[in-house]
Amino acid sequence: MTTIDLGNPSLRSGTELVPSLAEGETQTGKDFSSDQEVRWCPGCGDYAVLKAVQSFLPDLGLRRENIVFVSGIGCSSRFPYYLDTYGMHSIHGRAPSIATGIATAREDLNVWVVTGDGDALSIGGNHLIHALRRNVNMTILLFNNRIYGLTKGQYSPTSETGKVTKSTPVGSIDHPFNPVSLALGAEASFVARTIDSDRKHLTAVLAAAAAHRGTSLVEIYQNCPIFNDGAFDAIKDNDTKAHAIIPLVHGEPITFGTRDEATGLGDKALVRTASGAIEVADTAAVAADAILVHDAQNPDPSTAFAISRLTDAGYLNRSPIGIFRQVDRPTYDDQARAQVADAVAKVQGSPEDRLAALINAGDTWTVG
Amino acid sequence: MSQTKQVKQLDRVIIRFAGDSGDGMQLTGDRFTQESAVFGNDLVTLPNFPAEIRAPQGTIPGVSSFQIHFADHDILTAGDRPDVLVAMNPAALKANLGDLPKGATIIVDTHDFTKRNLDKAGYSSNPLDKLGEVDDILAGFQVQPVDLTGITVEAVKEFGLSRKDAARAKNMFALGLLSWMYGRPTEPTIAFLEKKFAKVADILGANIAAFKAGWNYGETTETFVVQYEIKPATMAAGTYRNITGNLALSYGLVAAGVRSELPVFLGSYPITPASDILHELSKHKGFGVTTLQAEDEIAGIGAAIGAAFAGQLAVTTTSGPGIALKSEAIGLAVMTELPLLVVNVQRGGPSTGLPTKTEQADLLQAMYGRNGEAPVPIVAPQSPGDCFAAAVEAARIAITYRTPVFLLSDGYLANGSEPWAIPSIDALPKIDANFATEPNHSTTNAKGEPVEEFWPYLRDETTLARPWAIPGTAGLEHRIGGLEKGEGHGNISYDPANHDRMVRIRAEKVQRIADSLPPLEVDDPSGEAKVLVIGWGSTYGPIGAACRRVRRAGYNVAQAHLRHLNPFPNDLGDILKRYDKVLVPEMNLGQLSRLLRAEYLVDAIGYNHVYGLPLKAAELAEAVGALVGQAEGRDVDLGEHGTNAPADHEEAPAR
Ligand code: SF4
Repeated sequence: MTTIDLGNPSLRSGTELVPSLAEGETQTGKDFSSDQEVRWCPGCGDYAVLKAVQSFLPDLGLRRENIVFVSGIGCSSRFPYYLDTYGMHSIHGRAPSIATGIATAREDLNVWVVTGDGDALSIGGNHLIHALRRNVNMTILLFNNRIYGLTKGQYSPTSETGKVTKSTPVGSIDHPFNPVSLALGAEASFVARTIDSDRKHLTAVLAAAAAHRGTSLVEIYQNCPIFNDGAFDAIKDNDTKAHAIIPLVHGEPITFGTRDEATGLGDKALVRTASGAIEVADTAAVAADAILVHDAQNPDPSTAFAISRLTDAGYLNRSPIGIFRQVDRPTYDDQARAQVADAVAKVQGSPEDRLAALINAGDTWTVG
Repeated sequence: MSQTKQVKQLDRVIIRFAGDSGDGMQLTGDRFTQESAVFGNDLVTLPNFPAEIRAPQGTIPGVSSFQIHFADHDILTAGDRPDVLVAMNPAALKANLGDLPKGATIIVDTHDFTKRNLDKAGYSSNPLDKLGEVDDILAGFQVQPVDLTGITVEAVKEFGLSRKDAARAKNMFALGLLSWMYGRPTEPTIAFLEKKFAKVADILGANIAAFKAGWNYGETTETFVVQYEIKPATMAAGTYRNITGNLALSYGLVAAGVRSELPVFLGSYPITPASDILHELSKHKGFGVTTLQAEDEIAGIGAAIGAAFAGQLAVTTTSGPGIALKSEAIGLAVMTELPLLVVNVQRGGPSTGLPTKTEQADLLQAMYGRNGEAPVPIVAPQSPGDCFAAAVEAARIAITYRTPVFLLSDGYLANGSEPWAIPSIDALPKIDANFATEPNHSTTNAKGEPVEEFWPYLRDETTLARPWAIPGTAGLEHRIGGLEKGEGHGNISYDPANHDRMVRIRAEKVQRIADSLPPLEVDDPSGEAKVLVIGWGSTYGPIGAACRRVRRAGYNVAQAHLRHLNPFPNDLGDILKRYDKVLVPEMNLGQLSRLLRAEYLVDAIGYNHVYGLPLKAAELAEAVGALVGQAEGRDVDLGEHGTNAPADHEEAPAR
């Protein structure tokens, strides 16, 4: 088999080829609100994310008509209807494949996928991992409420084992996925986790995700007050959250728990054991330079993966939050377009003439 | 010693090359076909190979064959029964013997007639040892046993190949021998080999040597005394090339891109017998063609739908099992009313079925195989070369009417070939993408001021097509999706009356395509036929050949062939009613006949075979003849042209 060196297109920003607003033009969140009535249940975490996205989009400074939102099926997948951009509310699980077509066809579009834990990880699992593997330039917002909302309360692929739901009256026996671990395993180039109710963190992650060239996977912990209320209480409650959230900041030592005013460090820290595993230690008991410093840009994803494993698989008493991984890797769509552009640059003559040459090639004969 | 060879004139010959799937029979057949095409014969080919890449060697399931029918006149099928069988091993002999008419010539490579290979083929004794004896199973055939392998190995000695590699050139020896027998030009094959083996001098040398040795063997030995001449056919003026259906279909897609000025985007997952289209299109990036080999069938169509939304000529290619997986997404394309070509190269089903064999049993799947009322136009090519025009037509419908369109090819069309009159580019239709560029609806805002809006489901009055507004067009931002659309504005609507209306509009839009179709051509030379034979897809050849045979025997029969299966041409109902009897031959259990019965209340009679092979013209002619007899109240005798005719294939049509 022959392998061809594809080079490494030197595009770095996710929005580099998308037309931006002209000098003096401005946009506000209102420009991004469609005229459709928002129809989630009162108190649904989706509202907060919608608001955050609507107010964040103007910051991108891109032309509204060059932004496309694609979704699958589920509560969160109604998202595109509420944004005055181009959008498609597609079919269950398939949004990443549709977005792949859009992003590959057009370099001038800023493409977003809105999906949920059932949509992305159950019925659409295959498309998700392949989008991440290919590294198509788009941002995937994975709303993880750890339950099926739209179909009224069955367990999802992120629900904890033992969960009692309509379809599991004596407890779920399915082992849950950790979306971040899965994405890292699929060699995603950008993987982050954030929380619906933390507007500031959410917005910062969205900005980083949009700026990343390649597939950005953003898991958003999203509360479903109707079918899975309180799933994220430990990381939202003011009394517990400092101990539950392991904040990941590139270049900073990873600590959490009660903060020491002087050092700014939490009383718990992540350290690497002799075997290479990552574990939680008392900050006071370890040397300062033994504390793991977060490196989202490490080409080797194994540390990010190990950190992701610190997430509770059951009730969420602990979870790393932030950007796990952000590395540069050629994108599928840039390379696909480059192959076509290279071939187009090499041909001469009108398409009609070239078509005539194509179909007249080979052994031909003329009668009469 | 050389002796004077006789030259005999023939008007047509059917040859079948058969061997183990590793013996290179498809290549041999292909080369013989190219030689015959360049020579100017009309021809039709039928490759037939196992699904396994290398089925167990020497066994009957491992036999691969290639049939070519070539003639000095216009022919329509690859022929029912071969006049000549080239059998490279015992299994190839056994698997094909039953198809030969008495008197047929069998050229057989004796080399592999060992105990082991005879056992594998299920022969308890060597049939070649019994020639002329009482229990000669080959009696009545003209058997020519030749040690093709042995002579080949001898002929290529100087190239120093291993015995195995040397023996592999035996297919070129067979090709050389047959090329001599039928006076084929040798230059195309030499040129082909020089290109194919440019980098491996010894293999190239061996293949050319074997090819020439085969030719010389025919010319110089006493084994073969007759050389045959089949004059070039008189064909309509034009430039021709030989082409397979998959290649013609691929070129048609490229042509549709050129004529619509849209970049072609193919989202596809490999599947037999459709993969060739993916391979071919991936070579045409210079035309702006993007091919995406997706993670599965669903992602293939998903990416295509995305590209359609983004403004490209979107295509997905597959076979029946893939369509089953794509069905939900096809429904999405129906609902979102996006242009999309869905190519189904049909194969034997259900389930995995017969991957390498042909069938046309996915018509009802194309027609109805989705949830809800989800009408999709259907276009079907009738011959390998016709796949080109059918692809352009499918694209015209998809783009003009903003709809997914099925293009139903099949395994026979895909791999079969015929001379194709290369069209001029100017003769191809121009297709106007006609993107929406501005708002299309005036209204007033809350303050009572006039505003211009874009309504994605406001339709063209004639075609009922909705506007195609692509991302990047300012002011036309809109959302589409799988939920029911409110008429005009396209917002989600659960209103019962709106749903009823939208279902009817979608159906009516597809129905209106019929207004753009030419009248259906009916071939009824006498104008007095009482029986109409109507078909679709690749049965065109056998139906045409059968009708010719019936007419030649002095009877009247009419033939029509449907390119459009949904909607049907507007005049189809009237045409059906003009005939007392309607026969519908199909490679399924009666799918078109069911549609015709349902739509027009005619007593369409099915003629149905699902052998994974094209219909046999002679048998079909008998069925047509019997029906003509019934309709006209008289006995019909097709005479020597019937099933048991000595050389049972198409006669020259009455001119
Ligand atoms: S069911 Fe849950 S996730 Fe769905 S809209 Fe209601 S609160 Fe939100």
